[in-house]
Amino acid sequence: MTAPAASATRRAAPPRRRSGRTPRAFFWMVVPAVVIFFGLHTIPVLTGMFFSLTNYAGYGTWDLVGLSNYVNLFLDDRVLNSYGFTFGFAIVSTVLVNVIALAIALGLNARIKFKTAFRGVFFIPYVLAILIIGYVFNYLFANSFPAIFESLGITGLSGNILADPNFAWIGIVITTVWQAAAFNVILYLAGLQTIPGEIYEAAGIDGASAWRRFWSLTFPLIGAYFTINMVLSFKSFLQVFDQIVALTNGGPGTSTESIAMVIYRGGFQGGEYGYQMANAVVYLFVIILVSFIQLRFLQRREASY
Amino acid sequence: MSAALQGVEALRTVTAPSPRRRRRRSSVNGGTNWWVTALIAVCSLTVLIPLYFTIITALKTPDQLGGTGFEWPTSVRWENFSDAYQLTNFPRALMNTALITVGAVVLTLLTNSLVAYAIARNMHKKFFRGLYFYFLAAIFVPFPIIMLPVVKETALLGLDTPVGLILLYTVYGLSFNIFIFVAYIQSIPIELEEAARMDGASTWGVFWKVVFPLLAPMNATVGILTCVWAWNDFLLPLVVLSDPSAQTLPLAQFIFQGQFNTNYTVAFASYLMALAPLLIVYVIAQKWVVSGVMRGSVK
Repeated sequence: MTAPAASATRRAAPPRRRSGRTPRAFFWMVVPAVVIFFGLHTIPVLTGMFFSLTNYAGYGTWDLVGLSNYVNLFLDDRVLNSYGFTFGFAIVSTVLVNVIALAIALGLNARIKFKTAFRGVFFIPYVLAILIIGYVFNYLFANSFPAIFESLGITGLSGNILADPNFAWIGIVITTVWQAAAFNVILYLAGLQTIPGEIYEAAGIDGASAWRRFWSLTFPLIGAYFTINMVLSFKSFLQVFDQIVALTNGGPGTSTESIAMVIYRGGFQGGEYGYQMANAVVYLFVIILVSFIQLRFLQRREASY
Repeated sequence: MSAALQGVEALRTVTAPSPRRRRRRSSVNGGTNWWVTALIAVCSLTVLIPLYFTIITALKTPDQLGGTGFEWPTSVRWENFSDAYQLTNFPRALMNTALITVGAVVLTLLTNSLVAYAIARNMHKKFFRGLYFYFLAAIFVPFPIIMLPVVKETALLGLDTPVGLILLYTVYGLSFNIFIFVAYIQSIPIELEEAARMDGASTWGVFWKVVFPLLAPMNATVGILTCVWAWNDFLLPLVVLSDPSAQTLPLAQFIFQGQFNTNYTVAFASYLMALAPLLIVYVIAQKWVVSGVMRGSVK
């Protein structure tokens, strides 16, 4: 309510008004936070970058080895495999989560009965720990689903999907989508509620079909939400860890090892501290690059309307 | 860096106060769309079925586990819960998780809003503007790059404890929270603060007495997001906590996997007890939680 009025006042106020000396209190408000943030966030990033140039095992002595860790990364099948798996997983999950969440949000925004109750149900998975959900789905994939498919006579699906190196990733995607869709439903619903009803009335008069109304009105109007959901969910799926621990623990073999998992295992248990830091630095730049490309691409599409 | 700035721009478009914002009038055209209602009802089963499955499995005796597992329990074994309670030392894990979560939420609300206030009201100054982008850039830094070094650092500083975790959640949440708070504070008319200042209030006084109470809706949003994050997080406690007695609930489920062995009914009782506290809070405060999260994205 107050937001538009407030921003109007701000725009009207001459910028000179608040210039001059900044009250010292403002500095005291930020300086401790900056120091602690620098200490617990920036310093680890910088020390990590430094150790990526060493052969440090996580204990004992170390030597500078230049860029050889980085060269070795590109020759390491386990690392390359983890990038392949993580990206494949993140792309499929991002698309599925966003399509499903948008569809559910559209349904919840339509004229349906028990709207609040349904909204409450769809949001439940958000408050549940993905690790524990992973354990529950692990049991479902290993025991219940095969039993159901067998009783239906579909013998092709009567095995444990998580035990199959070629299909285990599908189980991880299903679990992830089940949990992650909840949050995106709410964000899309928030976006849909910013669209004034009059626009639809106008479109209704023009005799537009529901399908056309969605593509030419609703979707462009929530474009910003689509962009941000795609970018944030892709970024978080690239960091996948918990549900893999619960579902496959990286297996069978190393077929479902994510990048975060390789860094964790190699760095903490494999004596590859320096080497895995090089992996993490590459990973950082990959995430920045991917976010940048996504934003460029999606915002261009958004702007074309 | 420029990617980070781009991201900030995109986030801005979402959080910026939109003049278009208006609720759809539900009275338009009237009538209920029963087809969509039915479809949504069927879809909601995909959410409810795994929950149903968790609950009934936790109630069963081991010999009822065969088949698909969706059958209603014929006899209930309440001992599953007491077994799980003792095996995983549930009260201790619950206390640890509660302590970390409450600590993280309180410290986050008190400090992050303060930092955001100083930045929001001095955005026209280079120093504060620089800080804003410094904090926001961290949104694009993935945790795995911090993971290995921060474990060494927290061990060195004696922060490999629940208190250390509270500090880490407060610091790592700062980026996103500042972003939400700054956008909101900029929409609060500065005249209110000026009036308080005329009455002789200091900058601190203005913040605690005038601004902080006005931030209540955003405090709710940030509080919910921080609470769910800290309560359910697995990786950070896994790598940071060194003392086994400091285990959190998700961590306890992970550690006792080996001991649950094939004792699935006890394992499911344990999962259910770990999921229950937040689930119960959510069921009670459902409307408030959902609208709180929605506010975070539209404001």
